[in-house]
Amino acid sequence: MRYEPVNIARWIIWGSAAAVMAVLPLIFSQGFAITLLSQMGIAIIFALSYNMLLGQSGMLSFGHAVYSGLGAYIAVHALNMASKGQLWMPVSLLPLVGGLAGAFFGVLFGYVTTKRAGTTFAMITLGIGELVFSCSLMFPEFFGGEGGITTNRVFGQPFLGITFGPAIQVYYLIAIWCLASMALMYAWSQTPLGRIANAVRDNPERAEFVGYDTQKVRWFTLIISAFFAGISGALACINFEIVTAENVSAARSGSVLLAAFIGGVGFFFGPIIGACLFVYFFAALSDHTKAWLLYLGLFFLMMVIFAPGGIASLIMMQLPVIAKKRFKRLVPAYCAAGAAGLLVLAALVLTIEMTYKVSVDSATGTAMKLFGIEFDAATAGPWIVAAALWIVGGWLFNTARKRVTSTWGEIQAELAESRA
Amino acid sequence: MTSALELQALRKSFGKTEIIRGVDLSIARGERHAIIGPNGAGKSTLFNLISGRYECTSGRIRLNGEDITNRKPFEINRLGLSRSFQITNIFHNLSVFENLRCAVLWSLGYKYSFWHRLTALKDARERADEILEAIGLASRRARLAGLLTYAEQRALEIGITIAGGANVILLDEPTAGMSRSETERAIQLVRKVTEGKTLIMVEHDMGVVFGLADRISVLVYGEVIATGTQAEVQANAAVQEAYLGATHKEIASA
Repeated sequence: MRYEPVNIARWIIWGSAAAVMAVLPLIFSQGFAITLLSQMGIAIIFALSYNMLLGQSGMLSFGHAVYSGLGAYIAVHALNMASKGQLWMPVSLLPLVGGLAGAFFGVLFGYVTTKRAGTTFAMITLGIGELVFSCSLMFPEFFGGEGGITTNRVFGQPFLGITFGPAIQVYYLIAIWCLASMALMYAWSQTPLGRIANAVRDNPERAEFVGYDTQKVRWFTLIISAFFAGISGALACINFEIVTAENVSAARSGSVLLAAFIGGVGFFFGPIIGACLFVYFFAALSDHTKAWLLYLGLFFLMMVIFAPGGIASLIMMQLPVIAKKRFKRLVPAYCAAGAAGLLVLAALVLTIEMTYKVSVDSATGTAMKLFGIEFDAATAGPWIVAAALWIVGGWLFNTARKRVTSTWGEIQAELAESRA
Repeated sequence: MTSALELQALRKSFGKTEIIRGVDLSIARGERHAIIGPNGAGKSTLFNLISGRYECTSGRIRLNGEDITNRKPFEINRLGLSRSFQITNIFHNLSVFENLRCAVLWSLGYKYSFWHRLTALKDARERADEILEAIGLASRRARLAGLLTYAEQRALEIGITIAGGANVILLDEPTAGMSRSETERAIQLVRKVTEGKTLIMVEHDMGVVFGLADRISVLVYGEVIATGTQAEVQANAAVQEAYLGATHKEIASA
């Protein structure tokens, strides 16, 4: 037996992840919050499975929804068969069915897509995505046409009082699958295949010259990724009790790319942040504004330009500063930048909302309410306020940004000096 | 005894241009063989043909008696031939240690495993650390390969090449772009890590060539015009013609 040190940090991290997932619905117990948390769990699995391709293996896929979506379709049919008694299967194991279905399509489509890497791979995934989406409208028996396929997750005798009727029971089912999927996907990143996938991402040619068939590395990785995507699809099927063509659409594929990227593809936990944020954006904003896609697009744009490593990289950048006990000096600069940023954000929101009101939504009049204040978008007053906010906020933000940059530079110089 | 590497009437054309024009070469096991020649003679192309990076137009390549003509690079590598590159070809976003561990995984039989934990693979770790020690980068173990100095990256390049335990090693200009002292160290490194193996190297630096090679082949315009020991090659009329002839022509045209 080899002595292996117990990795305490790892147990703490996974333990707290489990604890947070268990406790969250007790704190946010409204129906809306539970729905949101459930969707986040599903999105986390999906985004992590996507990042197995993008961040870890360098495969930019525009068709990942194919695997989650087809997993969801197989799952919905399996669930319907089970409720009719044609198939023995507890609802709690449905994600496994979805996962296997995803993996099956991963074997099938992945064999074609992973023949090539880079841009060609991206193009083929786009093609496969469109192919599957058009199939969903061509074969209504399987895909349910426009209306999709509906199902009912509650059937048979309750097991230990669990029927999966109440949303909270579904949440915990999702939480357990989410935690297990996260752990397994992390474990994958620490296996020979996972590491070689990194090598193939960095330099496919060299990987061939150390004995690896890069095509197989990409294919096997895609199959495993599709398995987890299928799990998320089946959980979505249980959660929403309906699967439609939207589940395999390019829009779905695009949003998982956005979520993973915003979170940060360079770190394992990045897509987790991205997925939660994305679901929150989607749910919170789409209720309040018609322009929510515009906000999301702007946010994505800002991330790509100013923080291409995603939120995870912004967090990771702070760690050495915190470790060297110099973070305190950054706090005032960050707070100032945050406050100024809020002003700019207010200016942005005001401008966009008023523009929407005047140009798209003027049929019901131009009176509107924002930040608890009622005003008329057709008058000059609010526009002057918006302009003032832009100018003042922009100036303040620029000043604060310079302060952050200079403080950051000082600290980095000190750290470099202490290393030398 | 079969040769470690045998080339028979090897030819390679790009379009209408023939770069390799019928190369015959036999390299014995354990031999250290250098391929020299002027720029554009086809030395790197020859390496690319042997290692499977390019397809041959015609001819045969045998590795330890087995025909490897036009096999894929990874197949050739699995049969025991490994190569380095003239332009550094490493895994930039992985640590030095991970670079070497990636290079040993296949040869230790872990293939595409997703059921082993890397940290539990004692043999892979030890082998990678052994190579790390041998190439003198132990103090750079956790550094990202992309952040190494040029000479360190060249050493890592050689480390990746030998890590898999291949018995035929192809080094493409291992000392290119190095200073005098770095070259000295690189020669010692190459000598140490290719102990008991067959080494074929492309090199411009004659000091390196004469210091390392048992035999030398001179490649000119895609043809081997001479093969032999240092003394034989230096005394060869065709070699003198090829190397000095150019000078005569230059003088004549000036």
